[in-house]
Amino acid sequence: MTYNLKQNLEREERLCGGHRMCAGCGSPIAIRTVLRQLEPEDKAVITGATSCMEVSTFMYPYTAWKDSFIHNAFENAAATCSGVETAYRVLRKRGKVDGRYKFITFGGDGGTYDIGFQSLSGAMERGHDMVYVCYDNEAYMNTGIQRSSSTPWFADTTTTPVGKAVPGKPQKKKDLTRIMASHGIPYVAQTAFTKDFQDISVKSHKAIYTQGAAFLNVLAPCPRGWRYPTEKLMEVTRLAVESCVWPLYEVCEGVYKLTYMPKKKLPVEEYLKMQGRFAHLFRPGNEWMIQAIQEEVDRNWEELLHLCGEACSAEKR
Amino acid sequence: MGIRERLSGNEAIAYAMKQIDPDVMGAFPITPSTEIPQYFSSYVDNGEVNTEFIAVESEHSALSTCIGAQAAGARAVSATSSCGLIYMAEMLYVAASNRLPITLAVSCRALSGPININNDHSDAMSVRDCGWLMLFAETNQEAYDNYLQAMRIGEAVGLPIMICQDGFITSHAIENIELVEDDKVKAFVGEYTPQHTLLKNPMAVGPYATPVYYIESKRQQAQAMIDAKRVVRAVADEFARMTGRQYDLLESYRMEDAERAIVIMGSSAGTAKQAVDELRELGEKVGLIKIRCFRPFPAEELAQALRNTLAFGVMDKADSFNAHCGPIYAETAAALYAQGVGAPKGISYIYGLGGRDVRVESIKRVFSDLEEISRTGETGETYRYLDVRE
Repeated sequence: MTYNLKQNLEREERLCGGHRMCAGCGSPIAIRTVLRQLEPEDKAVITGATSCMEVSTFMYPYTAWKDSFIHNAFENAAATCSGVETAYRVLRKRGKVDGRYKFITFGGDGGTYDIGFQSLSGAMERGHDMVYVCYDNEAYMNTGIQRSSSTPWFADTTTTPVGKAVPGKPQKKKDLTRIMASHGIPYVAQTAFTKDFQDISVKSHKAIYTQGAAFLNVLAPCPRGWRYPTEKLMEVTRLAVESCVWPLYEVCEGVYKLTYMPKKKLPVEEYLKMQGRFAHLFRPGNEWMIQAIQEEVDRNWEELLHLCGEACSAEKR
Repeated sequence: MGIRERLSGNEAIAYAMKQIDPDVMGAFPITPSTEIPQYFSSYVDNGEVNTEFIAVESEHSALSTCIGAQAAGARAVSATSSCGLIYMAEMLYVAASNRLPITLAVSCRALSGPININNDHSDAMSVRDCGWLMLFAETNQEAYDNYLQAMRIGEAVGLPIMICQDGFITSHAIENIELVEDDKVKAFVGEYTPQHTLLKNPMAVGPYATPVYYIESKRQQAQAMIDAKRVVRAVADEFARMTGRQYDLLESYRMEDAERAIVIMGSSAGTAKQAVDELRELGEKVGLIKIRCFRPFPAEELAQALRNTLAFGVMDKADSFNAHCGPIYAETAAALYAQGVGAPKGISYIYGLGGRDVRVESIKRVFSDLEEISRTGETGETYRYLDVRE
């Protein structure tokens, strides 16, 4: 697919404006971008896990979704979508459905990494022709910024408050993208909307039009939970990628491929310092936490380079 | 004339499913309903049905797939028992609220703990207020017949329906059964043609409803359940014209001049009928009311049936742990009170939990209690466990 931002933006928006998501939130941008990669002639059924996105876009009697949409519960979006997709296959066989349908599910990290993980794993293992998109904002934002297994190490959340005894979240972030790759499904990718949106757009198109189960993990910053100024959404996303905190890669039929190599890997401070949830890391005496995060990011990055068949940073130097 | 066969209750349900050829089955194994998806998947893999079978990773996902499939315009079915049913509980409410007429076969089993795989009604009773229609069978034949009527009822009122039978007692016991011919089943059940589906014009399902709308949606659900009473009867009448087997919301057995009665549901009704017959032989005025349709609850009909008794016992194969009665007793008492029927004395019996055997003698003991109560007018303890070591 040759990608052109201008042409891509000329496509019809399938999530229309007027929904109630916050200014500076990454998830509607991620969702609109994914949906723009549907070929205009294709119809779609969208499934949404209970989340900010769901309650903000589908409040009776209004819906922001131009395609058919189903919300079922928090933990079962993948299973629900697999039911819709299966119905489609049977009804098409029986001559009861017209046109080509695509099946896309959206869930936050809570509904994907945590409570919806079993349902997701089941649906992916069964190989339904669907795409599960996690918009990862790294905590339960809808209920008020509680930690999830996606919340990064040391982050301040309302259930891992920075206290005198415990300095934020004691655990590291779960690496869901690699767990999904281990399912052996045809397509898995980790992406974010940066620059001209090519990375997320190309991967979304691949995910939607790859036969079988596909999983996309999209970084979707949250200004309330991460505490960055709303106008800094693109900047915080860019720094996540440039610091290798959130590397961009894909796993196509089991083959890892890095899709973006930062020219100069930025230190994690650059990313951390613009977010209130990490403010305590910059207090005197807490340097060790930044150091620990840097070491963790470096280790994960080297491991990913190895998986992608890239020379590790040290060899390059 | 139907086809004579010998089938277990689970087999009969799977066979009914095969005859109906639904679009999607999402199911997960759990004793004692496991055989249903097992038999059915062999029909699928041998190309005897066009159904897509989704072998999910949990009961929660089983019902979730059914909700997605039914919303997409498919006929979706599942089968479960016990912990599987209550693991579905959250989604049972959603299926009913979304007005999706999914059909769920339940082979009733006790709930943990202690873990126990045998029959009682703790599973079904624990989800009785989820908004599903619920039919209960005494025999394999009734389980089969109820299943053939299920979709007609559910689809007419837009509510999901559970077809319950007793785990092992009917689910695994092989009985003579009369099956309906395939073409007649197809014609009776008909095509599913919902007006709106995810795969027709764009449709949105499962919104966030604020206080401005929520209660109205619940009121509509309540109305569907009220309307279902008429539909259950109309479908039963049509079924009787096809098979000669007549069903109703409840069955009154030797109640004509009965002074003492028991209210019962499920397979133990057969045992209880034997007790009634033997006592009638001795000239005792005893009778039985079997509840076939638990949701909607046949409140008026039950009150009318008990109106002229002196004493009755309500047999609950589940306890509400409310320190005073079982769930069917509570509904029976409410029905009588609402109808202004205050004369008969009622006793709540909890029986058969976790597969505890229920014999003719057990039921006779109940009638003996009721005899004493009707003679003396003294009820004594109204909340009793039957055949239990104290």
